Amino acid sequence: MGELSRMWREMPSRYRMQGDKCGNCSQIYFPPREVCPVCHRDSIGKMQEVDIDGAGEILSFTVVHEAPPAFLRQKPYIIALVKLKEGPVITGQIVDTLPEEIDIGTKVRSVFRKISEDGKSGVIHYGYKFIPE
Amino acid sequence: MRKLSNVYVIGGGESKYGELWDRSLREIAVEAGLKAVENAGIRTKDLNAIYMGNSLGGLISKQEHLSALMSDYAGIASEYIPSMRIEASTASGGAAFRQAYLSIKSGEHDVVMVGGAEKMTELYGTEIIDITSSLVDREWEAFNGATPAALAALSARKYMRDFNVKKEALAAISVNDHANASLNDNAQYRNKITIEQALNATPIAEPLNLMDCAPMTDGASSVILASEKYVKEHGSKGVRIMGSAVSQGPFALHSRKSFYTVEPTIISTKKALEQAKIKLGDISFVEMHDSYSIYGLMALEDLGFAQKGHASELVENGIGLNSNLPVNPSGGLKAKGFPYGAAGVSQIYEAYLQLSGKAGKRQIKNASYGLLHNMAGSGAASVVHILGVE
Repeated sequence: MGELSRMWREMPSRYRMQGDKCGNCSQIYFPPREVCPVCHRDSIGKMQEVDIDGAGEILSFTVVHEAPPAFLRQKPYIIALVKLKEGPVITGQIVDTLPEEIDIGTKVRSVFRKISEDGKSGVIHYGYKFIPE
Repeated sequence: MRKLSNVYVIGGGESKYGELWDRSLREIAVEAGLKAVENAGIRTKDLNAIYMGNSLGGLISKQEHLSALMSDYAGIASEYIPSMRIEASTASGGAAFRQAYLSIKSGEHDVVMVGGAEKMTELYGTEIIDITSSLVDREWEAFNGATPAALAALSARKYMRDFNVKKEALAAISVNDHANASLNDNAQYRNKITIEQALNATPIAEPLNLMDCAPMTDGASSVILASEKYVKEHGSKGVRIMGSAVSQGPFALHSRKSFYTVEPTIISTKKALEQAKIKLGDISFVEMHDSYSIYGLMALEDLGFAQKGHASELVENGIGLNSNLPVNPSGGLKAKGFPYGAAGVSQIYEAYLQLSGKAGKRQIKNASYGLLHNMAGSGAASVVHILGVE
């Protein structure tokens, strides 16, 4: 029940936070989008790949106690909405800290981390998490 | 232009809601459907079509095309009528009901069955948490460990902070659901709970705990819809579908302008009220989609019953069966139970019972109009219906 290609094709965005910039209005999107929701057809063919810096701020967070199988070893873990300095808001884990040490407004930056693994013998999935600045 | 047909709900039925370990998905779906047929005073061969709401049958029971399976096991495969499964995650039931409504309104059909069914307790362990995470963005939310409960918790923390709302306001939503469910024989949890019990339950995704989260429920509900022509010819009694709207917005929570406003609820409610030609103040009761207690507060605001950030005041003033605005007379998703794809149909069945004066111990006095709100996932879409008696 491996999911190799599903994970492989998202690597640029998961490993180095590659997003898209609309060539028409300059709005930046992460995760990437094929069409700009502001410019619609005027953006078709004009979306440009852009690397996200990874700096951001916590807009909200939770501590997850009931987790799916892939995250059981990590619980309890922090999930947050992070507003990136380029504009987009994304969902990710906050690590290397404790819930008491963060709050809405805490500045964070992205780090490259292991996210989960595909069963006992499958591939390891990597991606971004965030740590306090 | 030809006048479009009015559409009526002329009957309904449902299985018990709960952990039905000895019953299969097809069994409970067929049970609800046959009860609805009997209740509506029709015969299965009178049906022109079947629409099934089901969210996770493929992942949980490894069974797709539930509509055809149910039609066969209801004994009407030889009628060769169309049947279709409608999937809109936790709003599948409401969406299926709307498709059935449109099929009659258009003049295509006269009598249609809507079913909603889900078996949530088929799997042991935490696998179900991964499966229910298919309601949210798999690649950019669930991949990073976000669950439906986590997303609701993100909305809750921001909401509580911005409006200085205490946890008691969220707990009151669950307390009300349990109180109403204590009067519903089909409900999963018929025990009343106190605010203290609700506040001190096991944490699930902080600040939400077990009592803020609707349970895993097996259950099926079904209703029968009929055209005005059919109702007149057969002398059927029913309640009219006065408004029906669905709206979809940004999929992931992180893509939305506000983390505690569900625009599709606002838009669908406005449309449904316009169609019904009534005002919000005319509504006699609400069945709202409180899969998490915070979504109950958000819904009361997005439906228009309170200003944003002020639902707690409405809740404090009372949302019980004898209040000005009875909320979730059935027991709601928290206490009647939350079989994902059945939830929307369950709400319609409750409205049918209330508006026909058949709700027994939980009957709301002078119930004229019911507002039903069925939401998908963390708020990607909302289906709103208004049913009424004339």
